Amino acid sequence: MAHTNINDPLLQEITGPTPGQMLRRRILGHQGLLIGAVVMAILLIVAIFAPLLAPHDPYAQSLMHRMEPPVFLGGTWDHPLGTDHLGRDYLSRLIYGARVSLMIGTIAALISGVIGTAMGVAAGYFGGRVDMVVTFLINVRLAMPVVLVALAVVAIMGGSLQVVIAVLGLLLWDRFAVVMRASTLQVRRREYVAAAQAIGASTPRVILSEMMPNIANNLIVVVTLEMAHAILLEAALSFLGLGVQPPTPSWGLMVSEGKNMMLFEPWLVLIPGAVLFLLVLAINLMGDGLRDVTAPENRS
Amino acid sequence: MTGHPPKKPPILELRNVGKTYQVKQGLFGKARPLTAVNDVSLSLSRGEVLGLVGESGCGKSTLAKILLGLEAPTTGQVLVDGQEIGDQDRLSLARRIQPIFQDPYSSLNPRKSIFDIVSLPLRVHGIGDRTQWEKQVREILDIVGLPARVMNTYPSQMSGGQRQRVAIARALIMKPEIVICDEPTSALDVSVQSQILNLLGELRREFGLTYLFISHDLAVVEHLASRVAVMYLGRIVEEADVAGLFDHARHPYTQALLQSVLTPEPGLGVPDTQLGMAYPNPIDPPSGCRFHPRCPLATDHCKSHAPRPIRTEQGLVECHLYDPESQMYKNEAA
Repeated sequence: MAHTNINDPLLQEITGPTPGQMLRRRILGHQGLLIGAVVMAILLIVAIFAPLLAPHDPYAQSLMHRMEPPVFLGGTWDHPLGTDHLGRDYLSRLIYGARVSLMIGTIAALISGVIGTAMGVAAGYFGGRVDMVVTFLINVRLAMPVVLVALAVVAIMGGSLQVVIAVLGLLLWDRFAVVMRASTLQVRRREYVAAAQAIGASTPRVILSEMMPNIANNLIVVVTLEMAHAILLEAALSFLGLGVQPPTPSWGLMVSEGKNMMLFEPWLVLIPGAVLFLLVLAINLMGDGLRDVTAPENRS
Repeated sequence: MTGHPPKKPPILELRNVGKTYQVKQGLFGKARPLTAVNDVSLSLSRGEVLGLVGESGCGKSTLAKILLGLEAPTTGQVLVDGQEIGDQDRLSLARRIQPIFQDPYSSLNPRKSIFDIVSLPLRVHGIGDRTQWEKQVREILDIVGLPARVMNTYPSQMSGGQRQRVAIARALIMKPEIVICDEPTSALDVSVQSQILNLLGELRREFGLTYLFISHDLAVVEHLASRVAVMYLGRIVEEADVAGLFDHARHPYTQALLQSVLTPEPGLGVPDTQLGMAYPNPIDPPSGCRFHPRCPLATDHCKSHAPRPIRTEQGLVECHLYDPESQMYKNEAA
């Protein structure tokens, strides 16, 4: 038997952290990622427990209490962030608005992620004709301005949460496809892919079990970017009156409703704008952090 | 051109195998054929080690891919035990032929533990259950000289030599008959190279394996192989027993390759192979004998006429120098 090398001192020294441990260490050492994750976690908890956290019904109007200023501008603690032009509690609407933003961001990013990943991986793995078709579709998609297409669809179909999610989900897959195609091409030539094929592994197994774990980190980054993108687009569409329809509380809609009073009551615009900014910033910080934390691992 | 019949029936036989790719140059360029492997016939009998040598880009790795069933040949047939590989399903072919790749840094999935990597063939083929996989992985790791506790480590925690042992374990866990070694030592340190080569030799004796040993390093081939085939621009230009080839290389290309082996004496410097110019572009192969632009012995006849394979006692050679018919032309030219 070939036992000759078992006492080789080189072979005895196999220590060091596993990839999992190294990853954990890098996550805890990355400030941006931690800040982003904490802010995201807070917003997520707020969105999930909105009914418990909101002090008032976000739809309840009270014409007696219109345009009350927030506490820091001389208001009362009954409405910590004041009330809007219909007397609805601004904090409650903000809290419920987090649900809309996060839901649209998550679902639109998921839909486009599935579409884009499937296309990109297929193009990168099979190459040839498939690649040509996918590249063509990506170019077609890139030639379409998202806002304009969304406006046209909403104008025809009517604005609602579902339509906005569907439109964004079906439009934002381009970056997924581009990134996944490139990373699949890169990993495809690695010898472990050929080894798995030579073992007789089926194509789905090679792609899902061998290649995916090595390219998924790119996916996480794009998911966060597209989430932020979708949230901003929803706000923009709602601001234009073509997204989520009143009285649903949406941050974009709140900015839109406040804009008439902007000169006299600037906080009506500033508060939802600031929260929107905070959410997108947190998502982007997380995305950047995840890229920093996961990328070096791939270079073995 | 099957030549004289081998003593034992071949376990692996290539009959006039060719592979041509269509290469597109530029956006509007027409696709042009690139012949990576051109009319290659080889046969391996059971337990034999055939070394396949040649420069990078000569088609060695394409040939390996064809043998593994990863690429279909454009022409010709590959027979395993007399059965064409195109007719066999992937799984049964995978049980008989397994590869060991060149770069152990790229051939092991960085996201998988050593246990996952080595047991993958068993899992793909649905052999046994988890306890059995663990037992078999333990056994095969022991055979390739790795302690069982590496099972839970990851490739990034191992050295190049250890990784290559893992790759060998993965290739052998299904007990294949033929192993395609695609430059298994060229990415390793010299000290580790010899360990791996010795291991491969021991494993061959123990399990009766047949190797196709692809390399650009003649010293490595001399150490392990019993027969050597020399490849140039997709063709086998010389094939002979290892002793015959190293003592009396016939083809000028083989002679140049032998001269290019580095000697351990530092004073001698890099040997001059007299090959001069660079490797030709395989899209635009030279006319006549493909080796003539680099051949120190080329004549006008070589520029216009492709040599035919000549089989003698010593083996096969494809060069006008050894073709009695071509000699007439040479004398005329002189």
